[in-house]
Formats: sequence, C-alpha cells, structure tokens
Amino acid sequence: MEEQYAIEMLHITKRFPGIIANDDITLRLKKGEIHALLGENGAGKSTLMSVLFGLYRPEEGVIRKDGQEVAIRDPNDANRLGIGMVHQHFKLVDIFTVLDNIIMGVEPCKAGFLQKAEAREKVVALSEKYGLKVDPDALVEDITVGMQQRTEILKMLYRENEILIFDEPTAVLTPQEIDELMDIMRGLKAEGKSILFITHKLGEIMAVADRCSVLRKGRYIGTVDIKDTTKEELSKMMVGRNVSFAVEKAPAKPGEVVLDVKGLTMASKLHKNNAVKNVSFQVRAGEIVCIAGIDGNGQTELVYGLTGLEHILEGTITLDGTDITHLPIRKRSTLGMSHIPEDRHKHGLVLDYSLEDNIVLQRYFEPQFVSGSGFLKRPAIRAYAEKLIAQYDVRSGEGPVTPARSMSGGNQQKAIVAREIDRDPHLLVAVQPTRGLDVGAIEYIHQQIVAQRDAGKAVLLVSLELDEVMDVSDRILVMYEGELVGELDPKTTTVEELGLYMAGAKREGK
Amino acid sequence: MKKSFWKNKAVQSLAASLLCIFIGLVAGFIVLLIINPAGAWEGITTIVKNFFYYPSAAARIKYFGSTLVKTAPLLMCSLSVLFSYKVGLFNIGAAGQYVVGVGACLYCALAFHLPWYVCLLAAVLAGALLGAISGVLKAYLNVNEVISSIMLNWISLYLVNMLLSTVKELASPYTLVVNSTSPGSVLPSLGLNELFSNNYVTIAIPLSILAAVLIWVLLEKTKLGYELKATGFNKSAARYCGMKESRNIILTMVIAGGLAGLGAGLFFLTGFEQWQCTQSSVPAMGFNGIAAAFLGGLNPIGTIFASYFIQHITSGGAYLDKALYSAQISDFISALIIYLCGFVLFFKQFMDSRAAKAEEKAHPAAPVQASPPADTDTEEGGEK
Repeated sequence: MEEQYAIEMLHITKRFPGIIANDDITLRLKKGEIHALLGENGAGKSTLMSVLFGLYRPEEGVIRKDGQEVAIRDPNDANRLGIGMVHQHFKLVDIFTVLDNIIMGVEPCKAGFLQKAEAREKVVALSEKYGLKVDPDALVEDITVGMQQRTEILKMLYRENEILIFDEPTAVLTPQEIDELMDIMRGLKAEGKSILFITHKLGEIMAVADRCSVLRKGRYIGTVDIKDTTKEELSKMMVGRNVSFAVEKAPAKPGEVVLDVKGLTMASKLHKNNAVKNVSFQVRAGEIVCIAGIDGNGQTELVYGLTGLEHILEGTITLDGTDITHLPIRKRSTLGMSHIPEDRHKHGLVLDYSLEDNIVLQRYFEPQFVSGSGFLKRPAIRAYAEKLIAQYDVRSGEGPVTPARSMSGGNQQKAIVAREIDRDPHLLVAVQPTRGLDVGAIEYIHQQIVAQRDAGKAVLLVSLELDEVMDVSDRILVMYEGELVGELDPKTTTVEELGLYMAGAKREGK
Repeated sequence: MKKSFWKNKAVQSLAASLLCIFIGLVAGFIVLLIINPAGAWEGITTIVKNFFYYPSAAARIKYFGSTLVKTAPLLMCSLSVLFSYKVGLFNIGAAGQYVVGVGACLYCALAFHLPWYVCLLAAVLAGALLGAISGVLKAYLNVNEVISSIMLNWISLYLVNMLLSTVKELASPYTLVVNSTSPGSVLPSLGLNELFSNNYVTIAIPLSILAAVLIWVLLEKTKLGYELKATGFNKSAARYCGMKESRNIILTMVIAGGLAGLGAGLFFLTGFEQWQCTQSSVPAMGFNGIAAAFLGGLNPIGTIFASYFIQHITSGGAYLDKALYSAQISDFISALIIYLCGFVLFFKQFMDSRAAKAEEKAHPAAPVQASPPADTDTEEGGEK
C-alpha cells in the first residue's frame, strides 16, 4: 500500500514576471513526521508556503490532502483543511491576554455573548496535554518571546489544525528555549500532528526532523532521510557547493583603545525602566567585540546611543580620544564611525533611491561628489558606485541605476557593507549584519568584518546569532536587561554557558 | 529582457493623465446630458474649446492670454504641493500661503505704492513665513502638517480680509485697482501684452515656467534635492546618515510656502482680479494645485501642462450657454474633471499590473538564472 501523506504538493510551478519562483517543486509531508524545508533566502520556501496557504495560485501542479486533490483559494480554505502556521513574526495582539489571542476569530459564543470559561478549559487542557506552559490571563506584552511562541502554537492546536507549519521558529529564542521547542515539536509529533519546519539552521534539522526537502533557486533539489545524511551534505544541497562553517581568522592583536564607553544609560521607549543601565566597555583597534544577548535586552538602544540616533541620559562616549557624547550623527561619522544598521530597510537604505544614490548616502556631501555651488557630480557618483559594485560583488538587475527596492536582501546588505567599509572607518559598528542572509552572503560578510579587524580597525558587533557570536568575535560581552552581565572568551566558553548568561541565569561578580 | 513599452514610467504617467482627462470629460458630458440633453454635446465642446469659441484670431489670442494669466498662479500652487510631496509632506496649506501672498503684495502695492519686485518679494516672504509655521510645528512638535495648514488657511483668509479692507474701494467689497492706484506695482509685460493684445499678460507667465524648471533642477540635480528627497522617502535613513531632518522639513515648507506666495503675486500684480474683502471661502487655487500636481505626474515639467489644462477647462466653462445650464455648472464640470485627476496614481498602478501580466504571458519560460536578484524579490513579495 502507498504511504500515507498528510499533504502532497505535486509539481508546483509558480511564476512571477521574469522569474520562476517555484519550478516543478514536489513536497510530500507524511502523517506524523517532522519534515524540514531547507533553502537559502530566495530559494522559494516562502512562495511555496504561500501557495499552500492560498495566498498565491500556482500555474501548474496540484495539492492533495490525505490523497484527495484540494483547491486552496485563500487562507480560510487552508484553515478549513487544518493547516496552521506559526509565523516568524508573531501575529499577536500585545494588549490582549494569551487566552483572548488564542480564541481570536473563533470565539465561542452563545446568543452573542462570549463563553470564555469554556474556551479557557479547552486551552488549559491543551496546554497540559502538550506541555505548553502559558498563563492564559497574562497580557502578551508582559510575557517572554518563548511564551508568545507557545501561544501561537496553542492557537493552531485550539483550531484543531493537523498540519503545523513553523516558519524559522528558533530565530528569537535562547539555546534553552530552543531545546524546549524541540521537545514540544517531538510531543506534537507523538500526538500524530504533521509538522513542516522551515529553517536554514542545519543543527536544528539534524536534531529534530525526520526528513528534509531542499530547495535551491526555485528548484527542488531532493528529499533526504535525516538518519542517512550529514550537516555537510545538507549544506552542499542547499548552496550547491561546499561551505566552510568556521570563520578563518588569526588571533587578534588589540592595539589602542578606539571606543571608550563609560556609564552609558539610555531611556526606553517601551517602558519606564531604562533600556541601557550604566554600561561601560572599551573596544580596541584590531579586535572584534561582540555584544551578545536575546533580542530586546537593550542592544538596539545601546547602538542608538553610540551612533547618535537617540539622545543618551547619562555617560560619556569617547572615540579616538575625542568626546563624542553630544556630537551630531554626521560629525561622529566623519570622525571615523561606520554603522551597519540593524534594520536595513528602515535605516540602511532609501529604498526608492537607486543603488548608486544609496552607495553615496554617507559621503554625497564630500567635495568629490558635490560642486561648490551645490550640484551633484553625477559622473563621479556613477564611477564610485561602479567601483564598489565590482569590488564587493553587489549584484543587481541594472547596475548603478537599479532601484534599491528591487534588489535581493543579500545584495542590499552587501551594498550597505560596501558603503560603510569603504569609508575606511576607525570603528565599525555592525548590528546583526547577516540577519536574514543566506549562507554564501554570511560567509562573505564575516570575511569582510574579519578583514577590517586585521587592518587594525575596531569592530563592535551586535548579534543575536549564537554561531556568529562564537565564530566571529574576539571578546563577548553579554547584555541582559540593559546591563552587561558578563565578559566571555569565545575560545574557552561554551554555547551553553553563553545561553545561561543571556537568559539572566548567571552573571559575573554577583 | 526588453522592458515592455507600458512599463516605462514616463509613458505610464502620461497615459494615466490622459486617461483621467478623457474619463473626466466623459463624466462631465454625462452630467450635461442628464441636466439638459439638447445642449450637452455643444456644452462639452464649448468647455474643451475655451477661447476657440471666438471666431476671430485676434479674440482667440487675447483670451488664450487670459487663460495663461490664470495658469501662472495655478502652476505655482501645484509646484508648491509637488515640492512638499516629494519631501513626504502634504501641503494642503498652499491655499493659505497663496492667500497671505495676496494680502502681502496687494497691501504693499495699494497702501505703500511700492515697485512690483518689492511687492512680489513680499508675497513670497509671506507665503514662506506661513509655510514655516507648519514646518516648525511638524519638525519640533510633530504636529501633522495637514491639520496645522488647514487651520492656517482660515486664519490667513480672515486676517487678509481684515488687512485688505483698509485698501478697498469705498462703495464695494473689492480692493482698489492696482493698475490705476499704483502703476509701478504692476508686473512689467516686456511686450507680451502686445503679442497677446491683452494687457494682463506679463512676465508672470515666463517666470512661472522658469520656476517649474528651477524646481526640477533643484530636486534632480542638487545636493539639497538629494537630501530633501531622501528625507521624504525615508526619514529614518536620512537621520541615520546625518541629514538634518528637522531643518529639511522646515526648509521644505518654507520653499513650498514661498512658491504659493509667489503664485499670488504673479496673479494679483497683473491687476486681472481684485480681492473681495468679504470673501468667506479660501480660494480654490491652492486646492486645484493638488490636482494639477497629480495630473502632471508629480513632475515639475508635467505640471506646467497639467496646470494649463485645468485652467483651460475652467475658463472654457465660462462660455457655457447660461440659458441651458445654470451658472454653477461650469465650475461643477471642471471640479469633476479635477476630481478625477486625483486618480492618476490609481491608473498608474492598474497599468503596471496589467503590463506585468502581459509580460508574464509573453515570456512564460524565462529561465531562473536570467535574473538572480529578482529571485529574492518574489520571495520577499511572498512574505508581505
């Protein structure tokens, strides 16, 4: 007898103008398995999931559920078929309770009145059955990211979904929370749920998945059993070549202090407590100092303070011996501070500008690009942009005149990295420089950061990715609730120890 | 891959604008049909013909001149709207800035008999000052410029009514005639009056076109334009790279206000119209400027033609047969067309999606490798 598949997506082809996002892709999800979907950015994972959710109609191919062909025209159809999804960015209402969020849209009603007691019983029962610890009456804004994720999972279970899709679920979690999530997924599997697990983290696939399908550039590469494969083989399938995971670098040779931060305190926009509390540290020339921590522990505010995007409450910042505490952004930048911002669309780029206009964003005012009478020297800008595009291998449809909006995330980031590094900074502040990028681009950007260090620049790296923290940095400073709680040496520490500091379970000197 | 003809941005803008005009005229025709079918066709052709209504060439050129005289202030108001729009601000206050421009130039002319260039400068400064108020409120207190400028529109109207009441004719609510009271305040013609055999045709017309060209140069060619547009497109990125965001916002509103004020000067210093000091509504000029800016595809040069077109049909409406239609009908028809002009952006989007579909059909088997960056586009599009 044929094997039982919960969902089969057969020969799916989805075209967009000038591009085939999904080219004859077949994905079969067995009942009761954890099936990983692996691929770089732009490989077509999101398009495929959008097809499954009825957001896109494929030109070719069919979708079968339990062997029956089904038509999924919109997300409501998907819901009716029992397909649920935990999105990478949670879709929760912050000022509602966990319970309200779970029942939202499917509220049990009698004569127009909510029957919350009934809903609560069901939620509590579900949370006990699957080991999903949540407090149904807590407001979403008050609970941890891990608990928010469990709320999202409960939302799917409450709707009695049989097919659960997890879109990059571990990006926001600590190592300990990731372990918990893995246990939850195994528990769901044991109860007969079928799970699609979208990720590009190979370790997690090896740990939890039964099978893995790999996409590359819109094409289906293959499906493998996890017990018969290795990390290396998976990454080769994903990228199409061998990738070195370890960042090659010589020992650091720290020199003069470049950045000296003393007693920095920043207000928070979200709550009354300060986001950054009395933080002091130094970054020397020729070393990469990494601020590690879980998202939302004050890293963003710390960077805003350093770069001048927001005013600081207390403390001093010194760059190369110059007090820059109260200097405007432009002045800090001309004194030698480069900043690869956390959010490339919000801060890093003017998306409606062309690539060349974005490349000169930090230097358009220099005499080489603007005449004394205020006219831009377009030929000089073009020549400079072409030089950087070639040197940093920034790929785009139309070269310097490509609208930044139409470029891929990886190439947008490369353009920012090129712009910031080419200014020959003394201090490079790189915040999440590889967020959302594929393995190839990550490798490249890491090489560039290490090259900056080796050229005697001071580098302050802020990262949420543990691999990045461990591989790239020379010193790790862990930030928890606005304070620096520990300094670690990546050569002697372990991911587990780092995780304890990040979760606030351990701290130095206290 | 060759870009489809219809995907060309300039073609799209032009086609969208022409489509709006066409639909507006059809809608106007239908309204005329409903009111009085007998004269509908003649009515709509009269509106489109405007000065061609006159059989003699001399009369035609004279009234062509009149249309141009009224085009100049409209063009300035639409430049004001367009300029601020490019910087991410919606200057609905062009109307008020225009009003204070009227107040300043007429008062300088009628009370002090100052030369025309001083009066013109006063109009620019008054408009710029009013713009600055909205700009400062926006930059430092984050007061929405739409709200503050709508309120300033009314404040300006009544202040100007009060001010100009001191220089009005004794027996009427209208201000004194500039041409007789202070001939030195009237804009020079440099022979244009003879060319059009119309005394109101002055250097206002070439000046307004020059202003449009200068605005285009400023936006497209200069460092200031680069900064202002960056601020408009992405305030956070502008801040990130150290541009002075607050200064840019204020400067934008100052320039926008100055442009609207200049428009007032370029019109009222011809003596074509007198200000009615009992006026209880803000002149439509500033609001029509919004329509002209959009109809012109938000391009300073396109705006020249859009402003002319809007003024052309507005003037044409005056020739409608008053026996068949009430006097307000001409305003109604032109308002209808102007209203539809606001749909330019909508039509542009529509054409874009149609062009995309056509392209998809034409190239079904485009290989993936042909454009690797677009690969991720679709991916990101899928996430949104």
